[in-house]
Amino acid sequence: MESVEEEEEEVRRIVTDEEKLEAKNFNIFDLPDVPKGLPPHLELQRTRVVCEVGAPLHATGTIYSGAYISSGVDNSVNLENFSEDFKVDVISLTETDMVFDMIGIPQGIANAFRRILLAELPSMAIEKVFVVNNTSIIQDEVLAHRLGLIPIVADPRLFEYLSENDQPNERNTIVFKLHVKCPKGDPRRKVLSSELKWLPNGSELLKESAGGSTTNPKTHTSFSRSQDSFPEFADNPIMPSFEDILIAKLGPGQEIELEAHAVKGIGKTHAKWSPVATAWYRMFPEVILLKEFEGKHAEELVKVCPRKVFDIEEMGQGRKRATVARPRDCSLCRECLREGDETIEGEANSKGKAEAKSEGKAEAKSEGKAEAKGKRDWVDQVALRRVKNHFIFTIESTGSQPPDVLFTEAVKILEDKCERVISELS
Amino acid sequence: MEHGSFKDNSHATFTLGEEDHTLANAVRFVLNQDPRVTVGAYTIPHPSLEKVNIRVQTTGDPAKEVFKDACQELMQMNRHVRSVFDKAVTEYKAEQERKEKKAAEELKRQRELFGSMDIESN
Repeated sequence: MESVEEEEEEVRRIVTDEEKLEAKNFNIFDLPDVPKGLPPHLELQRTRVVCEVGAPLHATGTIYSGAYISSGVDNSVNLENFSEDFKVDVISLTETDMVFDMIGIPQGIANAFRRILLAELPSMAIEKVFVVNNTSIIQDEVLAHRLGLIPIVADPRLFEYLSENDQPNERNTIVFKLHVKCPKGDPRRKVLSSELKWLPNGSELLKESAGGSTTNPKTHTSFSRSQDSFPEFADNPIMPSFEDILIAKLGPGQEIELEAHAVKGIGKTHAKWSPVATAWYRMFPEVILLKEFEGKHAEELVKVCPRKVFDIEEMGQGRKRATVARPRDCSLCRECLREGDETIEGEANSKGKAEAKSEGKAEAKSEGKAEAKGKRDWVDQVALRRVKNHFIFTIESTGSQPPDVLFTEAVKILEDKCERVISELS
Repeated sequence: MEHGSFKDNSHATFTLGEEDHTLANAVRFVLNQDPRVTVGAYTIPHPSLEKVNIRVQTTGDPAKEVFKDACQELMQMNRHVRSVFDKAVTEYKAEQERKEKKAAEELKRQRELFGSMDIESN
């Protein structure tokens, strides 16, 4: 009895306070031989969209932050992780087009930017057309519709919205005039967008006033000062983005005289107010060769890809190997996965002798065996994937604002939406 | 507009007017990252009406606070996106200018070289 008690006392003495603290902070993942992170197949599921021959897999992300908590992996994208991991790489930037990579951004937010670029960024476009004379074969409303679609180089941030009750003034309207004639005897002529003249002083058409002719004649706009006097427009006059847009065609003796008022609006109301020609994104493609492609197979692979994603690498001793040279260009046509007949005589399965080749060909035609002629079956040998958090954004602007400004404005608009929600809730 | 219950404020549906998938999907993503949230989802009752219903159910915290936190976090993420983007664009433009300058200088040097060669040959 006593010996057992002594033993118990010894055991109690061995566990010190330090050891107790260590036990409390013990994390099984700190042990040297416990694997960290997710097993590779789960990591694949979490971060990649696998594009098979039929349809993509794992396209919807697991956004639940605690999905992999039992493996000790934090799936959350909170502000700290995001700030560390987020990256932007500009690939090309001109005055009208931009291609850039966004890495580490969740799909929902990237799509929100795209939607805002298309539908909720303001721009200026012709809305009201006052037709004085139109003897051309293009109907009034068709002409007005066409004028509305012409992109105008004017920064919408300098203008205000024009609502129903407002008077059109220099702060919310841009006035254009179009007066073209095709004299009798002349050949047919084209009316291009370069013939739209900007009127910085406002409308020149007089309104029919109810009072007598002694009162001041009012025009359709009330400009208190000329738009020319604004510093932004002093040196660069407002005009359409492109001078060669065809508006109408005039035959001899036909004439068009009209005045067009352009106002600010967003793409949601009408697509003419969308400041981008288009904006889209695609996920970064990842092409992986699961098995080695050598010799003739390698050449076949390089030939089959229409976007030239693969390249041949010399390995010495005359051996060739296929490598993935430009995965970014992959358009997921899946030609490399498709079953087909080999166009190059496959050496891999034949005996490698010249006679066997020609014999093999004849045999294949009569017997239809896959091996001798070489039926291509690379479904298990090439893996096409997309990286979930890596987006290649393309923005094509119509000319009113440069694309990087457009993107910054789009992000600001999303911020404003959030702020509006927060202020409504408080 | 919040539709909830007075007794239990951890479950609520928020109706946002004049919104659509643009904001709702982005907020839904950020909402689901919050560990306090058990249900974070949105639905658009009819596509002709511009209304979005966002459902938030939490593990005890008031739903309004959690939803506000999610919006706040989305705002801060956007600010971060904007700053990183601006930096990247400025760097790219500077790099382009540097390349152009270098190319122009190279061209000038070559012209001078050929010019001097002509004089020598004469």
